[in-house]
Amino acid sequence: MNARTYPLLATIAIFLIAYAVCYTQYPTMLSTRVIGNLLTDNAYLGIVAVGMTVVILSGGIDLSVGSVIAFSGVFIAVILRDTGLHPLIVFAALLFISTAFGAAMGGLIHSLAMPAFIVTLAGMFLARGAGYMLTIDSVPIDHPFYEAIDDAYWLMPGRGRFTLIGGIMLLSVLVGMIVAHRTRFGASVFALGGGEQTARLMGVKTGRTTVLIYAFSGFMAGLSGIVFSIYTGSGYPLATVGTELTAIAAVVIGGTLLTGGAGYVFGTLVGVMTMGLIQTYIVFDGSLSSWWTKIVIGALLLFFIVLQKGILHISQTGGARPAESR
Amino acid sequence: MSRTLLRIAPQAITLVVLVALISVVFPGFLDISISDGRLVGPAIDILKRGASVALLAVGMTLVIATRGIDLSVGAIIAICGAIAAWGITNDYSLGTTLMMAVAAGLLAGLWNGTLVAVIGIQPIVATLILMTAGRGVAQLITEGRILTFSNDQFAYLGSGDLFGIPVPALLWPVTGVLFAIAMRRTALGLLIEAVGINRRASALAGINATLLLIAVYMASGFCAALAGIITTADIRGADANNAGLWLELDAILAVVIGGNSLMGGRFSIAASLLGAMIIQTIDTGILLAGFPSEYNLVIKAGLVIAILILQSPRLGATWTYWRYALFSRQRGGATQAVREGQE
Repeated sequence: MNARTYPLLATIAIFLIAYAVCYTQYPTMLSTRVIGNLLTDNAYLGIVAVGMTVVILSGGIDLSVGSVIAFSGVFIAVILRDTGLHPLIVFAALLFISTAFGAAMGGLIHSLAMPAFIVTLAGMFLARGAGYMLTIDSVPIDHPFYEAIDDAYWLMPGRGRFTLIGGIMLLSVLVGMIVAHRTRFGASVFALGGGEQTARLMGVKTGRTTVLIYAFSGFMAGLSGIVFSIYTGSGYPLATVGTELTAIAAVVIGGTLLTGGAGYVFGTLVGVMTMGLIQTYIVFDGSLSSWWTKIVIGALLLFFIVLQKGILHISQTGGARPAESR
Repeated sequence: MSRTLLRIAPQAITLVVLVALISVVFPGFLDISISDGRLVGPAIDILKRGASVALLAVGMTLVIATRGIDLSVGAIIAICGAIAAWGITNDYSLGTTLMMAVAAGLLAGLWNGTLVAVIGIQPIVATLILMTAGRGVAQLITEGRILTFSNDQFAYLGSGDLFGIPVPALLWPVTGVLFAIAMRRTALGLLIEAVGINRRASALAGINATLLLIAVYMASGFCAALAGIITTADIRGADANNAGLWLELDAILAVVIGGNSLMGGRFSIAASLLGAMIIQTIDTGILLAGFPSEYNLVIKAGLVIAILILQSPRLGATWTYWRYALFSRQRGGATQAVREGQE
């Protein structure tokens, strides 16, 4: 068995064990209501984490996504308030903007040969600043189309609601899995994560791939912004501060190697669900304070990073393949 | 000395131009008056408000010089602020309280440094752990409330003044100078640069890279503790949720504006401090000039991109190539320039 699947298996095992522990204390945790809410509440995070997974697989990082989500919400809310356009047209325009924004950052990263960290940091300031310039208030969205989406859910047995945005999240994960593991682009992403020099020597078009990676992340951030605006029914430029770090944490807990080159998009979904589960447990318990979420997530992060480090060490010294020069 | 001046010239010129620009829009920008025995004026305000970022920038410069990054400083500010407020409300003496806060900062730095240097985790990930968990720890200390206190001695550190100058405005230059002396009057700065350029080579050359890396993260934790103390003293309370929030990004920005490469190597603390002042001048200047503060972030983003383009290694190589090509055309050596450009 490939050592690289261990983190994914560990993630799944931890999620199942955690769910079992929750179930023994609160049997209602297994109801479709809780599961439905788990999907709905974490829909925007799951979508953006899929984009982040692809970025991290390539060895990069995208700090701008939280700001892009906030900008998306404000953009949708302001356009719907000031014009009579149909939301679907606004969505299309927004996805175009966010994808172009991501592509521009990818282009800068490649053409300037600068770390993704600092380029996307500038993107983070820019997107949030653009949101502020549109409005500094929380703008409510009251469009009949939004009410229709709110009512669009499938009542699962047990009165749990499988909402449209939860469905969009699962669909994004599916698309992300296909893109990352079943396409030529995905192979290029993994190659880039293994090392830019080697990727270039193998014939990967590094510039094009970098632009596409960040464009994909920008698209997912825009989609996540749409879902977030449906979820909250408003646009607020101060929303989702720090979501990029939550998304990165979800990707790492999902078993993706932060140095790039190894990981699974499906793991990210499990990572998002694990983080959601911790929050749900704290809500169920009632006496635990919300700061425990942060501490537990920090501990999980540490566990997975050390686990990956150990696996990398074993696979380097075990002779399974030639040692990497890291 | 002249080399130092040359090194910080771009930052100093930027700062002067910024101040001149703001003075045009807001004529009283450089006015300093004396009221109640203390200096007042926008410039003094900038020196005081920029203290946290400037302190963080000192430690961050060293971390970035080793090719690392410390995302956790904002969370360390929250932890140290919480400990300081907890200590003072539980009737510990001021000295003990400050010692506890600084010790917490050093401990946090030791944690980060161990993860980076001993376990070998990438700095951005290693410090992300404390960044996520740190605020939870701080809230554990304050029990989720905003701990307030009314100790005038402690509050003096944040809002008092010495010789008419606010204490925070004195603290960061002193810290910066002490660190700069420690770096440049000994071989320490050189060793840090060596580790940043190539850790393995420096280790082979006999430098104890592991110890040095841990020390650098502890220095960053120490600076963050100082920033946490003045933040807490200034507002007479510890807010675990908001103290130092996103200051790590401002500190990194200050270091980058200071012309220090994120790839490690050569560093200048003075330039980073100027970078911190540039950020604070923009923040204050935008408000004074009557622009809506919404423009603040966009201007910052524009600034970062401009600096990135100036720093870019790839564009730098292109520029060198063209300069060669242009110069040697007079001597008819264009082919030689092409060859040199490719090397």
